[in-house]
Amino acid sequence: MNTPSNAVPESPLEPQKITPAAMSPTRPLYWSIRRELWENRSIYVAPLIVAGVTLLGFLIATIGRAMATVDPARKAAVLTEPNSFAAAVIMATTFVVGVFYCLDALHGERRDRSILFWKSLPVSDLTTVLSKASIPLVVLPLVAFATIVATLLIMLLLSTVVLLMSGLSAATPIPWMQMPLVLLYVLITLALWHAPIYGWLLLVSGWARRATFLWAVLPLIAVQIVEKIAFNTSYFGSMLKYRLVGGMAEAFAHKPHGHVPIVDLSQLTPGNFLSTSGLWIGLAVAAAFLAAAMRLRRYQGPI
Amino acid sequence: MLCIEARGLRKAFGTTIALDGLDLHVEEGHIVGLIGPNGAGKTTALNAILGLTPYQGELKVLGRDPWTDRDQLMRDVCFIADVAVLPRWMRVSQALEYVSGVHPRFDRAKADGFLAKTTIKRASRVRELSKGMVTQLHLALVMAIDAKLLVLDEPTLGLDILFRKQFYDSLLNDYYDRTRTIVVTTHQVEEVQNILTDVMFVNHGRIVLDCSMEEFELRYAELMVHPQHVAAAQALKPIHERQVFGRSILLFDGVDRHRLAALGEVRTPSIADLFVAVMGNQAGAAQGAVA
Repeated sequence: MNTPSNAVPESPLEPQKITPAAMSPTRPLYWSIRRELWENRSIYVAPLIVAGVTLLGFLIATIGRAMATVDPARKAAVLTEPNSFAAAVIMATTFVVGVFYCLDALHGERRDRSILFWKSLPVSDLTTVLSKASIPLVVLPLVAFATIVATLLIMLLLSTVVLLMSGLSAATPIPWMQMPLVLLYVLITLALWHAPIYGWLLLVSGWARRATFLWAVLPLIAVQIVEKIAFNTSYFGSMLKYRLVGGMAEAFAHKPHGHVPIVDLSQLTPGNFLSTSGLWIGLAVAAAFLAAAMRLRRYQGPI
Repeated sequence: MLCIEARGLRKAFGTTIALDGLDLHVEEGHIVGLIGPNGAGKTTALNAILGLTPYQGELKVLGRDPWTDRDQLMRDVCFIADVAVLPRWMRVSQALEYVSGVHPRFDRAKADGFLAKTTIKRASRVRELSKGMVTQLHLALVMAIDAKLLVLDEPTLGLDILFRKQFYDSLLNDYYDRTRTIVVTTHQVEEVQNILTDVMFVNHGRIVLDCSMEEFELRYAELMVHPQHVAAAQALKPIHERQVFGRSILLFDGVDRHRLAALGEVRTPSIADLFVAVMGNQAGAAQGAVA
């Protein structure tokens, strides 16, 4: 990366210029991530729209169903049931956004030839690939966290108003101190667990000339077909399924049934999650995919 | 000091040989025109110099290996590949912010100054700009970088005459300071003839002519021969002959101008005329590469 010792001496004519040494090595990474956010506004717009839709549904629920329900217990249930559903929907949205972002990340710049512009600047392929990988691994979880907390707060506000208007206590079954912690834990474990998926998608987007989605999905299906016909087994399919949804089973002691909100911190099992070989294998595979994507970008030009 | 030093540069795409042992030496402070027919290997050579493509052979740009050191090299090298590479979604203000964010030698005030002379609005996206304005924006970004080497690959492709003229004018007046090196490829040879210090012809992946413009003016002479002297002129072994309005125009390499003056009107040929002569003499040269 950019070490000051490699800085070439200034041209004799204009010694008053900015000294290159003043630039920290993380600055190109920071600006590369900002540039991703400029280009892909769906990273924050899509979760916000889904949150808005969820709130609209909730508003109808409070005005319609909750107001009409006389039984206080059922009234409270109507108002709290959507909480974890809203959180799950927003999380699913950020996952989908992450998948499509990755599929386009290293493909779009080659398609529109702008890769020649990016490569004309002193930003290494390592920085570029890291900045693109950090969108699904860091930025999107943060966006999901902020959106979900804000959405749940607005829901709490609305339901409190409704409960108070009905003369009931505004006691809520959601533990507000624990909720952000649990949410953060879910988002971090999910991001780490899904890292090889994002790595694979980035690699395909850097490699395929067109139809990145097909190139990402069809080989996985092909392997399953071959395995099924040749050995009549489905280990590869189980492996993919485990990678997609198995992380939560490792991160929590009890599988959350349906939409029952996770309320108890004791259900969190970070020790078990961290000692799962699947996590570390996944991270190693993700690192290998990203390294390959980085190497590939050196060779790639416009398509 | 040598700015670019290439020895025996080779590169093949499948069975097509793009660079066939190309030797290239560019001194610091020169403006070099790389002229050649389509498919001669110009862009491949530039891509190798810019660290965009791997190659065989020896290559040093500003003392660095461009393939392994691209990101470091790009602190001192700028390039404009052609008019269409600025990302279309980007706003002008974002482009300025981004480049000043990642480039240690970018002078934001200078870029603002260049843009102030144009009609480009800060809030516009690149896709909303005309082709000429995109080039103006790119040039403003590049000229505000205190680079040692600027590489231009067909920078004015598809622009009208006014933009092309303005492009080279601002390059000479606002950028070139005799310590910077500029390498430019173009098919519009006549537009760069007056700004070049050196000219190189590339064909079949090799340099076939490499001379400074002073040498060019001394060496080559074009003679519009008087009809009665045609035979005498032909005896001096012109490298090329063409007919214009029924009169013969002969191109000589290294023949004394005083001797030629006796046979007709002598002038310095255009690079384009010499290009046609040199390429025409090469077997299998591509046709019509010079506009």
